[in-house]
Amino acid sequence: MEMSVNKLRKVLKRDWQLYLFMLIPTVYIIIFNYIPMTGLQLAFRKYTPANGIWGSPWVGLANIKKFFNSYMFWRVLSNTFILSVYGLVCMQVIPIGFALLINAIELPRFKKITQTIVNLPHFISTVVLVGMLMQVFNSRTGLYGVIYEAIHGTYPSDLFGELGAFRHLYIASTVWQNFGWQSIIYIAALAGVDPQLHEAAQVDGATRLQRIRFVDLPHIKPTITILLIMGIGNIMSVGFEKAFLMQNSLNIRYSELISTYVYRIGLSGTGNSDFSYATAIGLFNALINLILILSANTICKKVSDTSLW
Amino acid sequence: MTNIKTEKTQPVKENVIRKHKPLGKGDRVFYTVATIIVLLLTLIILLPMINVVSASFSSSASVNAGKVVLFPVEPTLRNYQTILGYKSVWVGYRNTILYTVVGTFLNVVLTLMCAYPLSQRRFSGRKFFSILFFVPMIFSGGMIPDYILMRDLRLLNTPWAMIIPGAISIYNMIVTRTFIQNSIPESLAEAARIDGCSPARYFFDFVLPLSKAIIAVIAMYYAVAHWNDYFNAFIYLNKRDLYPLQLFLREILVNSQFDASVMTDPEAARQMQGLAQTLKYVVIVVATLPLMCIYPFVQKYFVKGVMIGSIKE
Repeated sequence: MEMSVNKLRKVLKRDWQLYLFMLIPTVYIIIFNYIPMTGLQLAFRKYTPANGIWGSPWVGLANIKKFFNSYMFWRVLSNTFILSVYGLVCMQVIPIGFALLINAIELPRFKKITQTIVNLPHFISTVVLVGMLMQVFNSRTGLYGVIYEAIHGTYPSDLFGELGAFRHLYIASTVWQNFGWQSIIYIAALAGVDPQLHEAAQVDGATRLQRIRFVDLPHIKPTITILLIMGIGNIMSVGFEKAFLMQNSLNIRYSELISTYVYRIGLSGTGNSDFSYATAIGLFNALINLILILSANTICKKVSDTSLW
Repeated sequence: MTNIKTEKTQPVKENVIRKHKPLGKGDRVFYTVATIIVLLLTLIILLPMINVVSASFSSSASVNAGKVVLFPVEPTLRNYQTILGYKSVWVGYRNTILYTVVGTFLNVVLTLMCAYPLSQRRFSGRKFFSILFFVPMIFSGGMIPDYILMRDLRLLNTPWAMIIPGAISIYNMIVTRTFIQNSIPESLAEAARIDGCSPARYFFDFVLPLSKAIIAVIAMYYAVAHWNDYFNAFIYLNKRDLYPLQLFLREILVNSQFDASVMTDPEAARQMQGLAQTLKYVVIVVATLPLMCIYPFVQKYFVKGVMIGSIKE
């Protein structure tokens, strides 16, 4: 006892300034990250403004059950899942392909310029991206409409009014915005390939395509594995921002995701906002995400000896 | 892979292969196809951007008639003049700049305050704090509890609502911590300590000057996030005076709402109806131009950030 008190005193004397550094960030993280976690108990209460988070009556699993039995349950779940898997596949394949190709090309100037250009859209805000999407795919005045008219002689139908087009527009614009950025990590990994391997392969008469297949690709396999597994870990956490901006009454059947549904129930102010119900849906989503990311990390550790933490 | 023998019969060529790599027919086809694909992808990125810029400089008649493809048709600056008279854009710009500057400053300070102790191996409690900061990365209260907290703290409809949520990005903090850990040798801290340098002085005299690169990187990440943020504003603000640019952009671009009453010039206000489609292009350009202009010059920092982020301890 005496010992540990002494030790504590010594540590405090030595590190008190470091603790002082940590003070504000720690208070911040507790208030803005941990206190909202206690707010999750609302999922099991019936929230009334007068009683608040800690005083509203308990209702057990009623809110969760309500969600499970709602016709929206499978809809938002499958919408989120399909959009996410679709995006994951595209955002793996295209950046990897791009990285392999640009790595193979041996024109430094050309590489640098193209890379700068394909990285540019990453910095466009979601609002502007969706705005651009609407302008460019406008069936009359947009690039798409104008070109379609030039080829077919008639104007196309409005893509934003077509239910089936929503997912393609969503993913295509995501790919357009981010494939260049996503490829940076692969290009960096490819820069680490031992040039002697390439030379040896060349001496053996391998074509460039064969060298991609047998030298480049195996080298970036660990990177691909990690990013893929992490992508799977995030599969049910599609963000609110873009889907919400792209939503309209015609595509809502596909565009309502878990996150946008939480907003609609809890905060949109249309109909009666139900904090408890919305929190229950949010909690359900957060738990799925937690399980997925923990499993992904475990798998990652097993497969590649690397992990997120 | 099968013609090892033929290579061996021509050992003289090996040098040539290394330097000039005379291409076989298959390789020549490959390089051509690869270059064309990369060029095509680059064009796909560029085309919509060029189209948007060109349309923003075209007369609204030609935009509405669907004549603009790659070049401005009936070039005019009229659209830009009209937008300059649109008050919301100015209010939005002012607020966004304010939120970005103050927010980024706070972000960087808090991130460093947190990353520095966590980067010191001999900091007792390092493990505890690491876990404390790590957990929110994989589990959070979510939209509704966040909103209730902001409401209870009376932060709704204040500029703080745009600055305080997300004041520390845990991801950026970990990147910073990793950078300090990997780039500043532990022996330096050791030597400084033996010379009687306190942890705080060590931070200001050594860590801070040696961390300029990472500070630039995270400051830019934070600044872009602030500039592009509409979610916090959308959830936490409903006073128009406080709206950042992105929220006005949402009104204009997504909801197609031009509020003619805020036009300074009544003549321009009357033209607004016919102009609406064209003005959207202008707004896109006006909102994105600053980032696009700066980006090519600071690209290497962003790319560096991705690299550091991908390195674990």
